Amino acid sequence: MAFEGLTEKLQNIFGGLRGKGRLSEEDIKSSMKEIKMALLEADVNFKLVRQFIRDTEAKCMGQEVMQSLTPAQTIIKIVNDELVRMMGSESEELVLKAPGTVTVIMMVGLQGAGKTTTAAKIGAKFKSKGRRVLLAACDTYRPAAIKQLQVNGEKLGLDVFTEDPAKGAVAIAKDAYQEAVRKSYSVLIVDTAGRLQIDETMMQELSEIKENVPVDYTLLTTDAMTGQEAVNVALEFSEKVGIDGLIITKLDGDTRGGAALSIRSVTGKPIYFVGMGEKLDQLEEFHPDRMASRILGMGDVLTLIEKAQSTADQEKAKETARHLKKGEFNYNDFLSSMEQMRKMGGLSAVMGMLPGMKGFNADAVDESGIRRIESIIMSMTPAERENPKLMNPSRKQRIAKGSGSDIAEVNRLVKQFSEMQKMMKQFTGMSKHGGMSRLGRMFKGMGMPF
Amino acid sequence: MGLFDKIKNALDTVFGDYSQVDDDFYEELEDILVMADMGADLSSEIVSAVREEAVKQHLKDPEEVRKILIEKVSAGMMTDPCAYDFLKEKCVILVTGVNGVGKTTTIGKLALLLKNQGRKVILCAADTFRAAAIEQLEVWSERTGCELVKQEEGADPASVVYDGIGAMKSRNADVLICDTAGRLHNKKNLMDELSKINRIIDRELPGVRKEVFLVLDATTGQNALNQAEEFSKACGITGIILTKMDSSSKGGVAVSVCKKINVPVLYMGTGEKAEDFREFDPQSYVKDMFQ
Repeated sequence: MAFEGLTEKLQNIFGGLRGKGRLSEEDIKSSMKEIKMALLEADVNFKLVRQFIRDTEAKCMGQEVMQSLTPAQTIIKIVNDELVRMMGSESEELVLKAPGTVTVIMMVGLQGAGKTTTAAKIGAKFKSKGRRVLLAACDTYRPAAIKQLQVNGEKLGLDVFTEDPAKGAVAIAKDAYQEAVRKSYSVLIVDTAGRLQIDETMMQELSEIKENVPVDYTLLTTDAMTGQEAVNVALEFSEKVGIDGLIITKLDGDTRGGAALSIRSVTGKPIYFVGMGEKLDQLEEFHPDRMASRILGMGDVLTLIEKAQSTADQEKAKETARHLKKGEFNYNDFLSSMEQMRKMGGLSAVMGMLPGMKGFNADAVDESGIRRIESIIMSMTPAERENPKLMNPSRKQRIAKGSGSDIAEVNRLVKQFSEMQKMMKQFTGMSKHGGMSRLGRMFKGMGMPF
Repeated sequence: MGLFDKIKNALDTVFGDYSQVDDDFYEELEDILVMADMGADLSSEIVSAVREEAVKQHLKDPEEVRKILIEKVSAGMMTDPCAYDFLKEKCVILVTGVNGVGKTTTIGKLALLLKNQGRKVILCAADTFRAAAIEQLEVWSERTGCELVKQEEGADPASVVYDGIGAMKSRNADVLICDTAGRLHNKKNLMDELSKINRIIDRELPGVRKEVFLVLDATTGQNALNQAEEFSKACGITGIILTKMDSSSKGGVAVSVCKKINVPVLYMGTGEKAEDFREFDPQSYVKDMFQ
């Protein structure tokens, strides 16, 4: 999970503060020092960190915090607000031109940032919205870069424009644009070679592409693991070529991703997408507020919900949501959630987004355990599944026999299920402190798929 | 600006600006180390150590403090000369790292280096996941004139390595270099896959020298530490190759990585061409940084 380490550190700091009723100036100073270290270890640019600490400390020294009965929460809120502000307060979308006009997107960045993969992913996004997309292979330097775009394009059913690399990137981009106009594509995504921002000749190539092709969005693709130089890279691309937006890749790693914070803040350009995996559908919108909550350990529940919406059986999901609201989570809901979880990319993907689940080892949950649980539930009568309160010892006996399991296993499931019901009630009320981490511990103890 | 110039300028400013060493001096020194991606903890540790030493020796001149600084930083990066013995022995090299650090390019460079020393090298395309990764290595195989062992995209990488080992034996090659797919170190399944490849090499070639290189991107920040740790756990890293040293980043995180997993940096990549590759010299690396 992104920012995991930072989350942990801030939690430690505020865990220390939480015990006390009120804060002294000294408390604030020491917590600021800890936040500074955490942000630096997270690769946030050190100049920004300094600025951040100055701003935040001044705010925390105010009467509001000092006199607050819950100073720790107040500091969390202030830090949170500052982080959100640094990342841009709301999420933004790439806006395409009216149908009939080509919107041109150009991918730029250092070597190995993930431009080619991301170009294909963005293409797929627009294709799924019914747009006609053309990918242009203008990385004429790296061996097999063109082939890579072709293979990805083929997997996704996207057209890829290629020409002899000897023609040069500028000419190929120009031809690709003409092709896009002639064949009325609505989006042209130009993939370019990775380059260093200090390589004048290569930077010139990008400017030339922009002079010859009406690029609407120049997107700087940045590896989430980048260190302190992220800021200079972004600034120089911005000055020499001009950028309109950012993409952060490899956020599915365990990097704290401070680079994202830094470049967003210094360029003032929005982060349009974040790369969350190597599979070609693993591209998500960037939500500054969610990212900030993630930083502060409140989890990324919203992304989870959104993901559920796009993959879930809408009817079943509504049903479950209705039950959840009434606190009537039943075995059918449980079954369909397990099913849904599978569609959402498995347990680890889901756990990563839940708050308080950092220590959760998804690999520890074995698939056969999940299947056993399913078989127990499937051995219940429809009425029992609908209304868990019906459960009694003789029904349990029957279910154990029917599913070929031990009565103890059935008992355990029933007990865990009722605990889960309780948790679900809290979860709906979201987010009473500690509720989610208790939930996490419980699931962990159960070895359960949730 | 060339390699390290920027940080040198910054350091020159620090050492030039301060006629005397005081709190501000040390604070700024620490910032510079942080800026080089050395990490907040290590930077503060190094500066404290330098400061202590300076006090002990009653040093007042920033120039003298600079010397101590160089000493302290390079101390943790010294390479055992035996580390390069694989160049002369029959050996298998497994090249690992996260996505986009430059593994395949590094293999091309390494292959050329070995070939130029008269070694018979076979390349093994075990990155069967990323689109066109095999083709990319194929280009390098043509450029360097080294044979290539491959299967189709999506094949089991362990079986490609197995084939590579077979080819090494039957064609009596000196060196087998195995490319692997980039993988983030927090993906357990992918790391398990790497362990499996590693085990197969051990099983099939007992007694043959094995090197496991971790390719580290110099632009990487503190996450490199996690990378080093997890890759070490999965397949026992024996050497680090620092790539993209022609970038504006300093690769300062390598200092902490060496310290953490106690493995030397052997080579560094300084460009996209096959010859942009050289042995890593800790002393000149640190001197370049600070002088």
